[in-house]
Amino acid sequence: MKILVAVKRVADYNVKVRAKSDNTGPDLANVKMAINPFCEIAVEEAVRLKEKGIATEIIVVSIGAQAAQEQVRTALALGADRGILITTDTDLESLAVAKCLKAVCDNESPDIVLLGKQAIDGDNNHTGQMLGALTGWAQATFASELTIDGDSATVIREVDAGLQTIQIKLPAIVTADLRLNEPRYASLPNIMKAKKKTIDSTTPADLGVDVAPRTTLLKAEPPAERKAGIKVEDVAQLVDKLKNEAKVIS
Amino acid sequence: MSVPLLNDRDVEFLLYEFLDTEKLLERPRYSEHSREIFDASLRTAKTIAEKYFANHLVEGDENEPTLENGIVKMIPETKVAWDAFANAGFLAAHQDYEEGGMQMPEVIFRMVMAYVNAANIGTAAYPFVATGSANLIRAFGSVEQKAKFLTLIMDGRSNGTMCLTEPGQGSALGDITTMAAPADDGTYRVFGQKMFISCADHDIAGNVIHMVLAKIKGAPPGVKGISLFIVPKFLVNDDGSPGERNDVVVAGLNHKMGYRNTTNAALNFGEKDGAIGYLVGEANKGLGYMFQMMNEARIGVALGAAAIAYQGFNHSLDYARQRPQGRLASCKDQLSPQVMLVEHADVRRLLLAQKAYSEGSLAMCLFGSSLFENQNSAPTQELRTRNTQLLDLLTPVIKSWPSKYGCISNDMAIQILGGAGYTREYPVEQLYRDQRLNPIHEGAEAIHGLDLLGRKLSLYGGAGYQFFKEDVAQDIAKAKDFEPIKNLAGKLENAMDVLEKTTQSLQQQMGVDIDRGLANATVYLDMFGRIVGAWIWLKQGIIAAEALSSSLHESDEHFYRGKLQAANYYIEWELPAIEQYAELLQAGNSVPFEMQDEWF
Ligand SMILES: Cc1cc2nc3c(=O)[nH]c(=O)nc-3n(C[C@H](O)[C@H](O)[C@H](O)COP(=O)(O)OP(=O)(O)OC[C@H]3O[C@@H](n4cnc5c(N)ncnc54)[C@H](O)[C@@H]3O)c2cc1C
Ligand SMILES: Cc1cc2nc3c(=O)[nH]c(=O)nc-3n(C[C@H](O)[C@H](O)[C@H](O)COP(=O)(O)OP(=O)(O)OC[C@H]3O[C@@H](n4cnc5c(N)ncnc54)[C@H](O)[C@@H]3O)c2cc1C
Repeated sequence: MKILVAVKRVADYNVKVRAKSDNTGPDLANVKMAINPFCEIAVEEAVRLKEKGIATEIIVVSIGAQAAQEQVRTALALGADRGILITTDTDLESLAVAKCLKAVCDNESPDIVLLGKQAIDGDNNHTGQMLGALTGWAQATFASELTIDGDSATVIREVDAGLQTIQIKLPAIVTADLRLNEPRYASLPNIMKAKKKTIDSTTPADLGVDVAPRTTLLKAEPPAERKAGIKVEDVAQLVDKLKNEAKVIS
Repeated sequence: MSVPLLNDRDVEFLLYEFLDTEKLLERPRYSEHSREIFDASLRTAKTIAEKYFANHLVEGDENEPTLENGIVKMIPETKVAWDAFANAGFLAAHQDYEEGGMQMPEVIFRMVMAYVNAANIGTAAYPFVATGSANLIRAFGSVEQKAKFLTLIMDGRSNGTMCLTEPGQGSALGDITTMAAPADDGTYRVFGQKMFISCADHDIAGNVIHMVLAKIKGAPPGVKGISLFIVPKFLVNDDGSPGERNDVVVAGLNHKMGYRNTTNAALNFGEKDGAIGYLVGEANKGLGYMFQMMNEARIGVALGAAAIAYQGFNHSLDYARQRPQGRLASCKDQLSPQVMLVEHADVRRLLLAQKAYSEGSLAMCLFGSSLFENQNSAPTQELRTRNTQLLDLLTPVIKSWPSKYGCISNDMAIQILGGAGYTREYPVEQLYRDQRLNPIHEGAEAIHGLDLLGRKLSLYGGAGYQFFKEDVAQDIAKAKDFEPIKNLAGKLENAMDVLEKTTQSLQQQMGVDIDRGLANATVYLDMFGRIVGAWIWLKQGIIAAEALSSSLHESDEHFYRGKLQAANYYIEWELPAIEQYAELLQAGNSVPFEMQDEWF
């Protein structure tokens, strides 16, 4: 069984990202970058499937700047077998990413595509679903447990009402939620081995994908600063303020 | 995690700008490596430090190991941390490929240690002592000893210890009384008591391999009669599994001020028939072997001091940015909002001093590690010798400066937190207690003063000291090209003259009366330390001044300005203290020396 895992290069979760002073976008210059945490969970799940003898090959793919090679290499150190890097300088929208992944699926015919449920930069939560639509394969998003059973899979999904268990036919798209697993760290021997694994480079154009943005970013600015709170004298004053100042109750 | 362990930008600066670590890739030993591999290794180190070491900093402090029926018990998180560190391959990281290691350069390995030290020094002590004992076996053990014991430590199945100190002998090891009697089978039976042994016993790894200094019966007196032995807690079976229990037991635990998650015990060897010990290398050369490993171990201790100081700095900086308190003197509006602590000049002074000590300490330790690296892997014998001799000179300083100013730095962190800093609800009081060990172990401060003045200055015919003067002079010349630090270079140049005069004067005084001449060696050590500190800051200042001469991203601009300010602070505010010391030392002032016991 072949597994394709998508990883995105994003600002490290510890970094407080700021808007550029000219409001043209987030300021990522000099910012520490890392694998999107949800993608890391997806990689871990694939590696566990391989350790259980279910998966035979794990291909990791990233789409973005040349520097994303670092994140592909990290995934290889975690246990993926080979990498694909699709380079472009265009700011990518979810649809463009999904189209690139669709092209890779056409070439590689994976049985499962594992992705993070969303990336912590845009928080869009689009790509897995769009890839599902483009491939016409089954999709199981927000997975917190994944069990493979022959040519189908049972997935427990985290939904607003609690947990939902579904069965899907393979090939399928699965997006990882936070509780799917606890990702490992790359050991030194594996970091050294990863250096020797191959990463194939390609471009959206080579894959026949048009990644031109469909939307325009008008302005990026920080959220308004929260004002200091006040202490109210009693419940009556609180109700009055909620009614007449905040206008949240009537 | 809101407060970072170190500062990733500074880590990058120290490795790739302050030191040229990438240049190591040209050496055959590191041909398989790359900067990508270094960075990935450090990412793993940081993850492990954050997840498995930092998580039980307070718990380990509040629940020191206990002794129950002769068995040491400790909080279970310690073993999880040990396993994570071992499984990541860090215990074997800097060893050779043939020995199952990864040939990681020394400076990268030390940076790995800096992360775990910053997260939890009490737990980091286990891998620290383990790698120290592994290095000893690797350097001086026989092929069989390496096969039997080294692999066990490298893959985490055993920890190690260093057993030097005894109840009666700490600083003066020549007088130790632990004895080793030869047995018929070529092994030895060890009898005696060791004191203050870190990691002496625990339930985190299956075995403990003690590296023990003892005297073989009939050996010459003093340091020339000391031998080194491997004494495992459990004898080791051929498959590496623990076998029969050896005759070494924990006599009792010490209850410490800090480093509380590190077991520290008195060990009894040979309560019955004698503990089975294996002689390492030749008889009577044990202390020499230990000392050859000392430079490394001492940089390691200082690195712990640097990391604890760094944590204190990070915590107090974070606090100062969030705690509103008072207004500036110039503010007349009592209804205006209070300012954050960091806006008070005095708080910034305390923060800047901490920055100078903690970043300066980390830089100094890594610089020392780079000399150690060059001692082993520099391309020519001439360079290797030069680095050895320079490192031998500087080791007492590199051990002592971070330890001493680490304590002062952690004290300042408490001050910034005010009342909160004095409570156990905030980590700075623990950091201070942890830090306080560092000027004591691995050679107390006074011992390093004696080592520097009494021995190292004249070692190799004074070659190390000569190289030091050359290297400092070279950086002074370089710094003079940069307007913002020109004056700092001039100050360090003057300080070097003062040092030279003082050194000559003390050497002359020692010639007349060695006890008088050495009486204030600790003060001389501090003077030397301030000069090395100033040099380390001048080196950083040069890079910052150069970077600032072109246009930079805002965050880089702030970073380099910070470096420049700290260089200015250290050289303008702290270096000049040497003038007073120099005056007293050159004059041979003997007030402390002539004080008499009866007068106290
Ligand atoms: C937490 C902890 C962990 C330790 N871990 C280990 C370990 O793992 N293995 C090990 O072998 N040891 C260990 N030690 C022991 C440590 O190395 C000794 O405490 C240290 O060497 C000092 O020896 P001492 O305590 O006997 O003090 P002493 O030698 O009695 O010294 C006391 C004081 O007198 C001063 N002094 C002594 N001699 C001179 C002199 N000639 N001139 C001027 N001043 C002098 C010293 O500077 C010091 O300030 C540890 C100690 C502690 C506290
Ligand atoms: C064990 C203990 C017992 C105590 N007992 C009592 C008691 O019985 N009664 C009582 O009323 N209080 C008591 N206190 C409180 C104590 O007096 C305060 O902790 C102290 O006044 C400092 O205030 P703070 O802790 O709020 O620190 P902060 O005022 O927040 O000060 C923190 C740091 O900022 C610096 N700083 C603050 N303002 C300025 C400024 N304008 N310029 C420059 N630097 C500044 C301070 O020097 C300090 O280093 C006690 C505290 C402790 C820890």
